[in-house]
Amino acid sequence: MTTKLQTPAIAGANTMEGSSVKPTPPMMALIAGWLVPGAGHLLLGKYIRGLLLLVSIVGMFAIGIALQGKVYSPNTGEPLDMLGFAGDLGAGALYGLARLLGWGQAPVLIAVADYGTKFIVVSGLLNIVAAVDAHSLASGRKRS
Amino acid sequence: MTVSHFSAVLLFALFTSIVFGITQRAEPRMMIRFGALCFALFVGGTVAASWVMWIIKH
Repeated sequence: MTTKLQTPAIAGANTMEGSSVKPTPPMMALIAGWLVPGAGHLLLGKYIRGLLLLVSIVGMFAIGIALQGKVYSPNTGEPLDMLGFAGDLGAGALYGLARLLGWGQAPVLIAVADYGTKFIVVSGLLNIVAAVDAHSLASGRKRS
Repeated sequence: MTVSHFSAVLLFALFTSIVFGITQRAEPRMMIRFGALCFALFVGGTVAASWVMWIIKH
């Protein structure tokens, strides 16, 4: 009877036996995926997944901004604002760009703008999920 | 830009389901199935909740 062993975590999905391709370090996949949505997957050669993640997360963030959603700032002192800031921060470079260009600073006056705020926060949270997935792929914890 | 409430639900469900499908399953076929399930649950759940609110109001 043979027992099928799982691939060790160190021999991740991005390693190719017998090839000279250098595997992407899991932390690099995580950080790249956080900074630019889908970049972690693109680094690992998962191009379709990376592009779908890029379009979905950037699209969601852009719609949130277009709906005049709020981009949270740090140090407001309000617990809910701090949670919103943590969610927004997940969008990585998109959050930095929004703060730099002053997007999402107008007060939320209509219901649709409140939807926009949620779109922005959720796009950040989804980006964190995607970056962690890229880390799992690079470390071999996720098979493919 | 303005969208209707239902359009906002559809957009939210679409983008979220794509990310969930890709990240929560390992095989492409299962990714599509899980993404479609998430989309149906998001939209169906919202429609069901809307009817519940309507019933409570009336």
